[in-house]
Amino acid sequence: MEELLGEFIAETRETLEPLAGEIIAWEADPSDRGRLDSIFRFVHTVKGSCGFLDLPRLERLSHAAESALAEVRSGDRSADRKLVNAVLAIIDRIGEYVEALAAGEAYPEGGDEALILALEDNEVEAPEPTPAVVAQQQSAPRAPARSIRLPVELLDRMMAGVSDMVLARNELSRRLRERGGDAIVDTAFERLSACVAEMRESITRTRMQRIDGLFSALPRMVRDLSAELHKQVHLIIDGGDVELDREMIEMIRDPLTHIVRNSIDHGIEGPADRAASAKPVAGTLRVDARQSGNQILIEVADDGRGIDDEKLLAKAITAGIVTRERAQRMDRQERLELIFAAGLSTAQAVTAISGRGVGMDVVRANVERIGGTVEIDTTLGRGTRLTLRVPMTLTIIPALTFAVGSELFAIPRGAVDEIVRSYGGSVEVETVGSATVARIRGDRVPVVDLAKLLGMQGYAPAGRSILVVVRASSGERYALAVDSVQDHEELVVKPAAPAIMATGVYAGTTLPDNGRPMLLINPAGVAQVAGVRAPDAAIPANAEAEETRIETVPTLLFRACDGAVRAIRLSLVERIEDVAASAVARAGGRLRLSHDGRILPLFGCDAAMPDRDGRVRVLLLGDGTTEIAYAIGEVIDIHALPPGFMPAAEPGPIAGVMLVQDVQVELVDSFWLFAQVGDGGAVAERPLCLIDGSDAWMREVLRPIIEQAGYRVAYSADGAGSVQPVAVFSLDGEAAAQVGDTPVICLRIAAEQAGSAAGSIYRYDRHGLIAALAAAQGRR
Amino acid sequence: MEDLKLIARIAGQEVALSADAVESVVEIDAITPVPLAAAHIAGLAALRSRVLTIIDTYAALELGRSSREGVIQAIVVTIDNHLYGLLVDEVVDVAAITGDPQPLHAGLSLGWAHAALGLVEHQDRALLLLDPARIVAGPLSAAA
Repeated sequence: MEELLGEFIAETRETLEPLAGEIIAWEADPSDRGRLDSIFRFVHTVKGSCGFLDLPRLERLSHAAESALAEVRSGDRSADRKLVNAVLAIIDRIGEYVEALAAGEAYPEGGDEALILALEDNEVEAPEPTPAVVAQQQSAPRAPARSIRLPVELLDRMMAGVSDMVLARNELSRRLRERGGDAIVDTAFERLSACVAEMRESITRTRMQRIDGLFSALPRMVRDLSAELHKQVHLIIDGGDVELDREMIEMIRDPLTHIVRNSIDHGIEGPADRAASAKPVAGTLRVDARQSGNQILIEVADDGRGIDDEKLLAKAITAGIVTRERAQRMDRQERLELIFAAGLSTAQAVTAISGRGVGMDVVRANVERIGGTVEIDTTLGRGTRLTLRVPMTLTIIPALTFAVGSELFAIPRGAVDEIVRSYGGSVEVETVGSATVARIRGDRVPVVDLAKLLGMQGYAPAGRSILVVVRASSGERYALAVDSVQDHEELVVKPAAPAIMATGVYAGTTLPDNGRPMLLINPAGVAQVAGVRAPDAAIPANAEAEETRIETVPTLLFRACDGAVRAIRLSLVERIEDVAASAVARAGGRLRLSHDGRILPLFGCDAAMPDRDGRVRVLLLGDGTTEIAYAIGEVIDIHALPPGFMPAAEPGPIAGVMLVQDVQVELVDSFWLFAQVGDGGAVAERPLCLIDGSDAWMREVLRPIIEQAGYRVAYSADGAGSVQPVAVFSLDGEAAAQVGDTPVICLRIAAEQAGSAAGSIYRYDRHGLIAALAAAQGRR
Repeated sequence: MEDLKLIARIAGQEVALSADAVESVVEIDAITPVPLAAAHIAGLAALRSRVLTIIDTYAALELGRSSREGVIQAIVVTIDNHLYGLLVDEVVDVAAITGDPQPLHAGLSLGWAHAALGLVEHQDRALLLLDPARIVAGPLSAAA
C-alpha cells in the first residue's frame, strides 16, 4: 500500500506541474475543449486512484469536479468564470492535499464542502482562486503525458517472465517436432513464437535508458572541480540520447567520473600555462557518446597537455612495473598503456582530486568486467582522448559455444580471433617440453587444452581437436583446444555464485534454449590459470631485427629419431658419424655408444633407434673435456639461431623453440646434455659465472656467449653448489646477487658510457666482456 | 510466520531450516558440473529461467558426497542475491517451531558444528537448526 501511495503522489505531482499551465490557459479561454479534456482526465485519474487508496476526501473533491466538468463536456453547462474558479480551487486543494500526504502530515479538516458547493450551478459565491495565479497565454495545448513510472523490480520480473516464456516455447517446439507435423498447430505455434520474440525485444528495450542520466551530473562536477583547481573548463556534451542498459549505465558511472576528474586534474592546464602555450585560456572537455553496432562508444577528450610517454615509462621503471630490458622494446602505444598499470600516477603531486591510488587500472578493470575496453590516444601538448567501449546491454552477449567432453561451454565472441582445426593444413601443433604450441600462419600461439585444464575427459582423439584462438582482455593470445565448436548464440549471462567465480576461469552462467545451464569461460582467467605467458612474450618484430644483426649463433638443423626437427649449437658438434647399431647398448642405466675404444653416453633416442641397415647416425658433441653422442635421423641444414626464441617451460633436454622458415624447431639444450653426463669433475672444471636468470637478455643472449667462451653458467648462488663463481654479471646497475667477494662485471645497455656506472662494459662488446671474465678468473 | 521451519533429512538426520530463507523445494534431475569449483559445489541446474547453484550438502557438512542418482530434492534458498539449491535426501515437513534455538553442548563433528545454529525441539525430538548461508559457504577446511 505504501508503495502504491508513493506512486500516486509522484504521479499526481508530475501531472499537476504541466496542468498548471493548462488551467491558466483554460481560464483565459473556457471554451477551449482540448484543455477542458486535460483537466477532466486529471480529476478522473485522481478520483480513480483515491477510491483504490482509500482517500475519501480527495475522492469526493475529485468526484465533484469530474461531475461538473462532465456536464460541461456534454454541453449541459457552459464553462463560466464561476465554474472555472471553482474547479481551479479544487485542483489547488488536491495539490495541497497531496503535498500534505507526501510530507506525512494530516491536512486540516473542513473547507471541502464549500468548494464542492461552489461547483454547483447556483448563485453561491465561489471563493476566489489564489491570486498568485497569473494569466499566461500558452499557444498550444500540452500533449498528455504518454509515460508511466514503474518500479525496476517489476521490469526485472517481466524480463524473467519473458525468459521463462521463451523456455516454455522451446520445450513446446521440441514436443511438437517429436509428434510430427500438423500444419494448423504449426502455424499457430509460429504465430506464438513471433509474439514471444517481439515481446522479448520490447521488454529488453524497457531496460534501456538514455545516457543523459549519466551525463547530467557532469556539468556540476566540472564546474566545482575547475573552481577548486583554479582552471577554466568548457564542457561540451554530445550524444545524450544514446540508450543503453540501465545496469550498464550504473557500471560505467564511476569509471566515467574518474576519467573526467583525471582530465581536469592532470590534463587541462591552468590558465597561465595555457596562455603561455598559446592556447585559449579555457580548456575544452568534450564528452561524447555514440552507438556503433551493439557497442556504445563514450569518448572523453581534452585539449590539455597530453601524456608524455617517456615520462610515464621512466616512472614505470622507477616503480618497478617494467624492467629496463622490457622498456627498450616498448613502442609508443605500449608505453601509453602503462597509464593503466597499477600503482602509477602521472600527477606531479598527489592531489585531492585524483591520484589517490585508485587509478586508471581500476577504471580499466571495471570496464573490462562488463565486457568493455578502454583505449587511450594522446598528443603531447595537444590533449588526450580516452575511449570507453561497452556493450549495449550487460546481460545479452554474443557468444561462441563449444563442447569439451560431455559439457558445453560458451566464450564471449568478442574475445575469439579465429577458429582453426588443429589438423588443418595451415596449422601445426608441436609439443615443446611440457607445453603445446600451435603454429598458425607463422605465429606461435600457446595451446591450452581445456579438457585437461578443467580435469575433464575430452572426446576428440589426440591431435584432432579444434583450436579457438582467443585474445584475452589482458593481452594474452592463446588457443583453446576444444572437442568441437557448436554454435554462435546470443546468450543472457548472469553472474555466477561467488564459489564458482572463485575458480577464476568462469565469467558467469547462462541458460541457453535447451534449458540446461552453461558456464561462460573467462578468457583472461583461463590464461592466468593455465599460466599462459603475459604480453611480455609478444616482442615486437622490429626490436628482434635489431638484435639479430648484432648477435647470431650458427646451429645445426637435424631431424631427430622421433621425426621432430631440432637444432643444436654448431660449435659443439665435433663430428657426424654413422656407427654400427650393435655398438649401442643399454648399460649402467642409460644408452651408451662404444666408439673408437671409448664409451660415450648416447642421447637423442629412447628405445627406438632409426636403423639404417644396422647403422646409426650420431652427432659427436664435445665441450672440450667431455664427449657425448646424440643419435639423429638426418642432418638438414645449418641455420643462424635468432636471439629471441621461446624458452621451454621446464629445464630439460630442450632449451626452447625457434622458428626456421615457418617450421618450429626445438633447440637442444647442450648445457643440460653435458650436465646429465654425471662426470661431475669434468663439468666442474669449467669456471662458473652467475647471471640473473629472470632477465631474458642475460638468459638468451649473454649465456651462450659465456658458455662458448668456456664458462659454465648458473642463475643463482644456489645453483652453483659449492663452486666459487668467477664473476657475477649485472646489467645497468640492477643489483646482482652478491656472492661473497666475487667480482661483479657491470654491463650497460647503451653503447655510450654516459650515465652508466664507471667501468661498465657495453653489453654487445664481446671482446671486452670475455676479457673482463678472463681478468676476473685471473684474480681468483 | 517467523517460527516456521522446514524439516529435511540430510545423511539420514532430520534437520531444520528457517522457512524464511527457503524459497521453494524443487526436484533436480540434471546437474551441469562446474569443473575446478570447490567440492561442495555440485554444479548448476535450471529453475525455470533462473540458474541454481547446486550445493552438495554432504560435502558441505563434510559427510562425503550426496547421491546424484535419479531425481533429487533440493531446497532453494537465496543468499546474497544468488540462488542456491541444497541437495537433501528428502524434505519431510514444514512445522511451526517456537522458542529460540538452544546452544548445543554435545560434540558435533566439524562439518555439522560449522553449519548449526543450535537445537530446536519438534514433537519431543531435538533437531539441529542449520544456517543455509553456512552450508553454501562450504566446509571450513575449504575456506581456510
